[in-house]
Amino acid sequence: MSTSSTRLFEPALVRTAIRQSFLKLNPRVQFRNPVMFTVELGTIVMLAVTLYVAFTGDQSQGSLAYNLLVFLILLLTVLFANFAEAIAEARGKAQADSLRKTREETPAKLVQTVGEMYLNEVKTVPSSQLRKGDVFLCETGDIIPSDGEIIEGIATIDESAITGESAPVIREAGGDRSSVTGGTKVLSDQIKVLVTTQPGESFLDKMIALVEGASRQKTPNEIALTILLAGFTLVFVIVCVTLKPFADYAQTPIPIAAFISLFVCLIPTTIGGLLSAIGIAGMDRALRANVITKSGRAVETAGDVDTLLLDKTGTITLGNRRATHFWPAPGVREEAFSEIALLSSLADETPEGKSIVELARQQGAKATLPEGVQLIKFTAETRSSGINLPSGESIRKGAQDAIRNMLKRNGQSFPSEVSDRVRTIAGNGGTPLVVARNEDVQGVIELQDIIKPGMQERFERLRKMGVKTVMVTGDNPLTAEYIARKAGVDDFIAEAKPEDKMQYIRTEQAQGKLVAMMGDGTNDAPALAQADVGVAMNSGTQAAKEAGNMVDLDNDPTKLIEIVEIGKQLLMTRGTLTTFSIANDVAKYFAIVPALFILSIPGLQKLNIMGLHSPESAILSAVIFNAIVIPLLIPLALKGVTYKPIGASALLRRNLFIYGLGGVVVPFIGIKIIDLVVSLFF
Amino acid sequence: MTTELLGILFIFAMTVALSIPLGRYMARLYAGESTFLDAVFGPIERLFFRASGIDASREMTWKDHLKALLTINLIWFLWAMFVLTNQSWLPWNPDGNPDMTPDLAFNTAISFLVNCNLQHYSGETGVSYFSQIFCLNFLQFVSAGTGMAAAVVIFKAIRDRQTTELGNFYDFFLKSCTRVLLPLSLIVAIVLVFNGTPMNLVGKAEYTSLQGDTVQVSQGPAAAMIAIKHIGTNGGGYFGANSAHPLENPNYLTMIVELLAQTVIPLGMIFAMGFYIRNRRFSRMVFGVMTVGFLLLLAPTVWSEIQGNPAIDRLGIAQTHGAMEGKEVRFGATASAYWSIITTVISTGSVNSMHDSTMPLSGAMELLSMMTNAFYGGCGAGILNFYIFIILAVFISGLMVGRTPEFMGKKVEAREMKIAMIVALVHPLMIMTGTAIASYLASADANMGWWFVNAEGQPNHATAWLNNPGFHGFSEMLYEFTSSSANNGSGFEGLGDNNPFWNISTGICLILTRFLPIIGPVAIAGLLASKKYIPESAGTLRTDTGTFGIMVFAVIVILAALSFFPALALGPLAEYFSL
Repeated sequence: MSTSSTRLFEPALVRTAIRQSFLKLNPRVQFRNPVMFTVELGTIVMLAVTLYVAFTGDQSQGSLAYNLLVFLILLLTVLFANFAEAIAEARGKAQADSLRKTREETPAKLVQTVGEMYLNEVKTVPSSQLRKGDVFLCETGDIIPSDGEIIEGIATIDESAITGESAPVIREAGGDRSSVTGGTKVLSDQIKVLVTTQPGESFLDKMIALVEGASRQKTPNEIALTILLAGFTLVFVIVCVTLKPFADYAQTPIPIAAFISLFVCLIPTTIGGLLSAIGIAGMDRALRANVITKSGRAVETAGDVDTLLLDKTGTITLGNRRATHFWPAPGVREEAFSEIALLSSLADETPEGKSIVELARQQGAKATLPEGVQLIKFTAETRSSGINLPSGESIRKGAQDAIRNMLKRNGQSFPSEVSDRVRTIAGNGGTPLVVARNEDVQGVIELQDIIKPGMQERFERLRKMGVKTVMVTGDNPLTAEYIARKAGVDDFIAEAKPEDKMQYIRTEQAQGKLVAMMGDGTNDAPALAQADVGVAMNSGTQAAKEAGNMVDLDNDPTKLIEIVEIGKQLLMTRGTLTTFSIANDVAKYFAIVPALFILSIPGLQKLNIMGLHSPESAILSAVIFNAIVIPLLIPLALKGVTYKPIGASALLRRNLFIYGLGGVVVPFIGIKIIDLVVSLFF
Repeated sequence: MTTELLGILFIFAMTVALSIPLGRYMARLYAGESTFLDAVFGPIERLFFRASGIDASREMTWKDHLKALLTINLIWFLWAMFVLTNQSWLPWNPDGNPDMTPDLAFNTAISFLVNCNLQHYSGETGVSYFSQIFCLNFLQFVSAGTGMAAAVVIFKAIRDRQTTELGNFYDFFLKSCTRVLLPLSLIVAIVLVFNGTPMNLVGKAEYTSLQGDTVQVSQGPAAAMIAIKHIGTNGGGYFGANSAHPLENPNYLTMIVELLAQTVIPLGMIFAMGFYIRNRRFSRMVFGVMTVGFLLLLAPTVWSEIQGNPAIDRLGIAQTHGAMEGKEVRFGATASAYWSIITTVISTGSVNSMHDSTMPLSGAMELLSMMTNAFYGGCGAGILNFYIFIILAVFISGLMVGRTPEFMGKKVEAREMKIAMIVALVHPLMIMTGTAIASYLASADANMGWWFVNAEGQPNHATAWLNNPGFHGFSEMLYEFTSSSANNGSGFEGLGDNNPFWNISTGICLILTRFLPIIGPVAIAGLLASKKYIPESAGTLRTDTGTFGIMVFAVIVILAALSFFPALALGPLAEYFSL
């Protein structure tokens, strides 16, 4: 669902945004943005001047048409800025709404209680009436009415409505897979679910509130940038206010419209107008990637991440280990060994077992389980599994030392060629499984981790961004190192326990690094909370989701990488547009300053390097350029500046060239073109 | 002309060549390593500290530093006020010069305290020898030492990664005075004395000129003051005419020495920073940006001075030596142009020609040098000012590469931005509002009452402080506030500035524009130093690269230079285009 990307300017959204742009003219709303607030004040002054000229007919402030035009353009400037914010909000909200739709009113089977006791009867209520602490029942075919935690039962659930992933997942009480999401569908069995959030307080609700602005707080970088922009605004307040006595001394009357135009053009309206839109768009992009962020700050922090903790399984490697090779013992034919390997695993339901069957079948083995076979399950004691055939033959499969011990007990020796093979496999990061028939070693099955396609490139990209990747795995250090090297991660934690993750995060943080990790289990919760960016999988436990500052609806462990890029894009978009906005001032100075003084100091005509037609046309052109550049940049603000991992200095050079130099040159051209049009009238 | 151009080229090359070893020496000095002057000055310093009871090994936080700095500055101010208002009866006053009026004493005390030396008095008639030596000369040493010590706090904050202990203010301060300022001043003073500059305590000398007139020639302890006025980038001359006076700057050789003297420490500080923080690339970046800025200001000045005045051209008078109005023949137009930019980019403010008489474009460049206030700069103060621009550039460029901005491994956040913006604002605020008030009064020709009385004690009208009407008059007022705000001290001397209005208004301007740009950078550096150090990664923006240098330069041009564009357009540019 959410993968269907909406167009940038969906007509319905544009309509909402336009209405909002006017509502946002309210000074109390506008005050949040100091730059645009001053523009609004300027607009009000221009309204007064226009009315004054209209009623008194006094021409000393310029013609009515000119003043009216300046007023309208300034008003438009404020509206454009409001529109940028409104369209970003509308898009974010639409995105969130489409997620919320999946959890519209659904009937909930509320389990009745007497005191602390759950009764065996249910009452059907609308999902909106569920409160935190309520317990509801879901049976086959039911839509789960609210987020919650399974307290009883096991069920297969179709989560495609949220994640877009069609394969059903299993959720059960206890453990790390106990959490269910509202809007998903129970495919089989029945579960009792405890409601864990009040209505309106789910992560999605929080996210919508963030986007809508009511509870949106400025992020630290946004605050610092606002201070910078406010500082620039103040500089230009000083420039414009002091210009009045300067001009008086030079006996150069300057009309109010010119003062206000100069001021509005100089202050960084472009970035000021787009700043909040950029922030919202960042959260929106996260949402489009199916990540719910609990604050804008988290997205921003993601851009700063230095270290990324990634689970091996599912992130770096494809699920579980797979059989990649059969190595028969000396004197055993290859075909015979693959038959035996097949037999040993036919009853093995583990993913590894299944992969052995698959490989054997590929190699042409045809064996099937004969009648009356006895299955020997894996136990911690024997550390091997296998079957006893009716013929009395026994086939065992297990780790080398388990089989070796078994042979030793029976006075058999272990062939040294097989030992060598086992060592080679282990050295290559694989897992060797030795297969024996009737106390006779037949060969070794090699299991290997399969690294997901494309991961090496992604890690390389991260390295260029300056992000260190760390693989977390339960494997022994030898295997871990092999896979780490093969996948191209920078470091690994082998034989990892949850405490190790925590310890690693702390050590990195002590060195001043920001750490991001992804987790799902309850035992991940402390580490998720400790990490600077903790992404919990939606399938994870409630504890994990509470501890992290983002929730990934797709349960996709590679999502972290995307999140880091979204964060970087967010910061970069702010930086580049600030640069662009400030660089624009050069041209605006050269448009307006000569225009202010040309009449009384004709010599200053030489400063009019753009050759603008008249003082009025110059000023109008500058304010028109200043206004239209905002809507022109809305798409960039919403989509974000493309991040290229080419190293910081190269990136700065590139952005400085495009947005700095571009910011100096573009307005010279733009203002000149507008002036050519305006000069037809003024 | 070629010889003259080669002359300034030689002087600049020599400055750079001298400042690198000086920088290395200062880095060793401030790092507490042994230097060859230890044997001479070590015992003297220990005596100072023992006598004053100061423990110079006590580590200070940035707040302790500022407390010590501000307290000791207050004491010096009170001392200066006392001396200047009581000099008539204090010893060593052979010429019988009177006490200063309170407003002039306030302006003089402040402007020497803050390393500006605006000098609304004339040395020959305004001060006694006692005041020259124990007040003005003394302040010229300690104010330079203060700036250098504050800059060293920043060096240490950058180098020591994560710390709150930023060395000892008194240690940095005293070392700056005894190990850098004093030895260098001695050398300069000796050169001056050998070239004819007086150094005595005798009153005016009388001689009869060829025309038969009797002329009184002021003398006194001049060489000592002229040395430190340049070494400490103070600029306050012994004589009223400053380094244009034949006894203050007798010949081309002394001019070279005085130019070297005022440039060597500001440049040396840049290199010292690189040696001290063990990142010489960073020094090179700073030096590069500053030098580009300096050359861009210098080139049009030299060009317009060599060209001469087009109005004179139109009269058909050849100007083979360039624009010579207000210049000394022994220095010539080119060297005077070079001096006028050196003295304004570096906050010296001593002059070897009349800036009021330079061509309008040169006037604009002199103003712009002080308005940007970022290229080279004064003793220590230059680094402090530039630090603010670095922080601003770091912030914008940090965002541009997709990270929370970092400077030398420390995150630059809202608090640092707030301080940086306040410091960045104070300079344009003081220049523009000061000039605005003066222009308003002048355009209204207000009756100034007590604030501005004429020789007869009658209130003057505001226009009476202007000796030139029109654009040039505006430039004079703009220059006075710009010079104050940049703590420069040079002047467009046409302005009648020895009156309560100018003394008090520029005095207030001086206090704010000196101490806020010290407090701000030291506070930012201290705050950053206490933050966690973030090791560098491929995503970290390096600040010692040319790209970053371009960014810093752009910030300076847009924030500092362009905001004065309207004011410049009404003053020197209007004059230039109307010539």
